[in-house]
Amino acid sequence: MRNTFSEALYKAATANPDVYIVVADISPAGSMAKFSQQYPERFINVGVAEQSMIGICAGLALKGCQPFAYTIATFSLYRPFEMVRDDLCYQNLPVTVVGMGSGVIYSTLGGTHHTQEDIAIAGALPNMQIIAPCDPAECTQATSHCATQKKGPVYLRIGKAGEPNLTEKAVDPWVFGKLRYLTRGSDVCILSYGVIMQKAVKLAQAFEAKGKSVSLVSCHTLKPLDVDGIADALARHKHVIVIEEHAPQGGLAPQTKQIAWDTRATCRLDTFTLQDAFIHNYGSHDDLLSAHGIDLGLISARVGLA
Amino acid sequence: MARRNVFDARAARERCRTYRRRILDISQQVQALHIGSAYSCTEIVDAIYHGLMRRNLDGTSPDTFVMSKGHGCMIQYVILEAMGVLSREELDRYCKPNGRLGCHPDYGNPGIEASTGALGHGLSMVVGMALAERGRKTDGIIYTVLSDGEVQEGSTWEAVLMASSLGLANIVAFVDNNDFQSLGRTSETHPSFYPLPEKFAAFGWETVAVDGHDSGAIFDVVSARKCQKPLMVVAKTTKGKGISYMENVPIWHYRSPSPKEYEQGVVELEKAAS
Repeated sequence: MRNTFSEALYKAATANPDVYIVVADISPAGSMAKFSQQYPERFINVGVAEQSMIGICAGLALKGCQPFAYTIATFSLYRPFEMVRDDLCYQNLPVTVVGMGSGVIYSTLGGTHHTQEDIAIAGALPNMQIIAPCDPAECTQATSHCATQKKGPVYLRIGKAGEPNLTEKAVDPWVFGKLRYLTRGSDVCILSYGVIMQKAVKLAQAFEAKGKSVSLVSCHTLKPLDVDGIADALARHKHVIVIEEHAPQGGLAPQTKQIAWDTRATCRLDTFTLQDAFIHNYGSHDDLLSAHGIDLGLISARVGLA
Repeated sequence: MARRNVFDARAARERCRTYRRRILDISQQVQALHIGSAYSCTEIVDAIYHGLMRRNLDGTSPDTFVMSKGHGCMIQYVILEAMGVLSREELDRYCKPNGRLGCHPDYGNPGIEASTGALGHGLSMVVGMALAERGRKTDGIIYTVLSDGEVQEGSTWEAVLMASSLGLANIVAFVDNNDFQSLGRTSETHPSFYPLPEKFAAFGWETVAVDGHDSGAIFDVVSARKCQKPLMVVAKTTKGKGISYMENVPIWHYRSPSPKEYEQGVVELEKAAS
């Protein structure tokens, strides 16, 4: 995703001389080198100084520019939190805070490098919008959107590298603030977002192998959440499943439950999230997810596929 | 459009006396207004608005002012009122339910270029603004005033480092060095905080020390800057300057005077005019 982010940002910067990227001692790979060579005055590296990264972006935006702040998710949102809240959200500035390697992707680096609660934290901030693309193609569309929108701050939650494209045959186009059906069925609906969508795809395939008609949905915009779209999904399917790489509080799962309650939904609803715990485990991204209970085998058993 | 290169220090003194009186009057309408903090930077903010910032014929400026020590914004409000940017009615509703002006400046209000109040935010925003000016090849200068307590924030030093590393000579910053913060004298709680100019110089800034209540000197030191680096003016000031019982007394960071204290303040300010 970070490569496609770089490509999309380079294009945006070429089209608009007010697009800046302010990084904190880390740079997206690929064409970001092209960006920094082509537009050195708009590629700012603050070093290990994330508070100033956000503040500088705010200052640029106060003068009408369209800046992106970029570093590992925990350092783009948690370390400079008050700057994100006051400088960006309180002033409602069109700054995109890119959280790279979100969730537990940095599976060997330990809890200091994990963002298990970022949707809840960013989502609690007035004016903040949250986008979490599920594959490189969605990342491109989300980045282009962020580079042109003037509504306010965005937390753009992306993965790292090597994610497969999952949306080439999507039924729906990517539209900010709307659920995106990748496939449309009538029995089971799986809602997910971000890198973990790969597990949702496999789960959908398992259901289809059992003869079920499956809707697979990318909830790429977490705020504002497409409440009507989720209510509709709850109404149209017998079984709805949420899979997210986030703590049980404040993410898609509890919000879907809330909508289900508000709309008196009658479908079966299963949710799978990270645990509300720091798990001192290492290994691959998959290993970390499994330690949290997001394991295809466990999920399959819970949803009646085993 | 031309830079104002003449500054009438005598007129500045009278303006500052008038501003202090207006603030004192407002103090009788509200419970609290950071009066000591506003009085300590009165001459600095006056010199910025009336001497250093250039003016177009329509009154707008190519330059920008950010009150990084947001709690001192009362002086900014009364200056903006005197300039006609804020109305008297607006200021009369300060901190009242039907007003939009509070104890800290809010972006979006007339004349307010950034929301501040939480300390340690202003200078990074100033760096971003200065970058934008440079990126657009405009010659706008960004002025800002920091409190000395604010300089203890690590985030301030991140911005200090970035401003000089990026070579942003279009930043002119002041430290309102009144030696007071909530729990006492900065020189007693943080003796290692001093000397200040050398610290900024070590971080690559042009630095100068000045009497922060000498309007003419403030104007002169900024006018004489070399314009090769960002400039940090370390201004020695007195918290509560202008009213004897407020000077260097920490409670006036926030308190409003009683009617009796108000009367005494009026007398002292009137005497200063003669």
